[in-house]
Amino acid sequence: MTLLFAATTVDALTFAISAAIVLAGAVGVVVARNPVHAALMLVMTLFGVAVLFVEQQANFLAAVQVIVYAGAIVVLFLFVIMFLGVDREENVEEEPLRGQRPLAVVLVVLGLAGVLLLGFGAHWSVGARSVAGASRNQSGGDVAALGRSVFTTYLFAFEVTSALLVIAVVGAVVLARRPGGIRPGPDADADAPATLAPAAGSGTTGQDHDERASADGDAGVAAGDDAVTGVRAESESESESESESESEEVSR
Amino acid sequence: MSLSGAWYLGLAAVVFSIGTLGLLVRRNVLVMFMCVELMLNAVNLTFVTFSRMLNDIGGQALVFFTLVVAAAEVVVGLGIVVAIFRRRRGATADDFHIMRG
Repeated sequence: MTLLFAATTVDALTFAISAAIVLAGAVGVVVARNPVHAALMLVMTLFGVAVLFVEQQANFLAAVQVIVYAGAIVVLFLFVIMFLGVDREENVEEEPLRGQRPLAVVLVVLGLAGVLLLGFGAHWSVGARSVAGASRNQSGGDVAALGRSVFTTYLFAFEVTSALLVIAVVGAVVLARRPGGIRPGPDADADAPATLAPAAGSGTTGQDHDERASADGDAGVAAGDDAVTGVRAESESESESESESESEEVSR
Repeated sequence: MSLSGAWYLGLAAVVFSIGTLGLLVRRNVLVMFMCVELMLNAVNLTFVTFSRMLNDIGGQALVFFTLVVAAAEVVVGLGIVVAIFRRRRGATADDFHIMRG
């Protein structure tokens, strides 16, 4: 393995440790009976992948990985787990579809062996650097290169992304709505702003939006019956403000 | 000088396979979601590795979009889970067979 010796010891050691962390976390997600443990194992994997990003000079993506994945997505997972009260242990012995698990293991092992054989055994070509693609080594580091690329080459995809986020927010609001709409009653004014907040606040800044939504969330919890709506509004505003902070970071 | 990209690609393939296995084996919907996140992360690692190997920033830009799509997917997916939970208790995929037909 001449490939291995081209790297310094520190790099090889960093890769080995973070690879072990990533693999342990990934296995932990699959085998953990308690969903909370699975979520914490997922955080471990995400941190390991962030270290591997740094190791490959993708510093900005490592930061985004930790902020968005570990800071927002896993928190959202834990939030829903706690909210639904499904943090019971799952009975893993029960197998409703007979032969599913052995079949899954066989299929996955076959697929992995095929990919690894083709990738390493057959020396599959990884292609050549495209003429059109922007170089990674631009002045200003990877943040500048990534920002330039996102706002020039991938501008259309970036705009479509914003549409996707708006659609996701609207979809989540529709899903969180009670069938039959908002009931008039003493808790109506606690309910109405919580439902409308993400859609109406899409033009406001992230902090402003977050504050409003969490205030609405508190009102929803206080109303007791309408906790679901407030909670959904809060988690949606979280994902939206996170995407807004992402675009802020890129433009800087 | 970091390690050759082949190591990273191999690791990403293994993590992707573990995620696939979890998706096929587990029945808790939330854990299945986490396995999808594992697979997305493996693909992200592949993108970053190719970005380094080919010296092209496009791979990192794609990771950026993958992150956004993952966030949107989690929001909508967990919204669906919460909506189903209002009607019936139970978080395994088998409990959702009422959606059939």
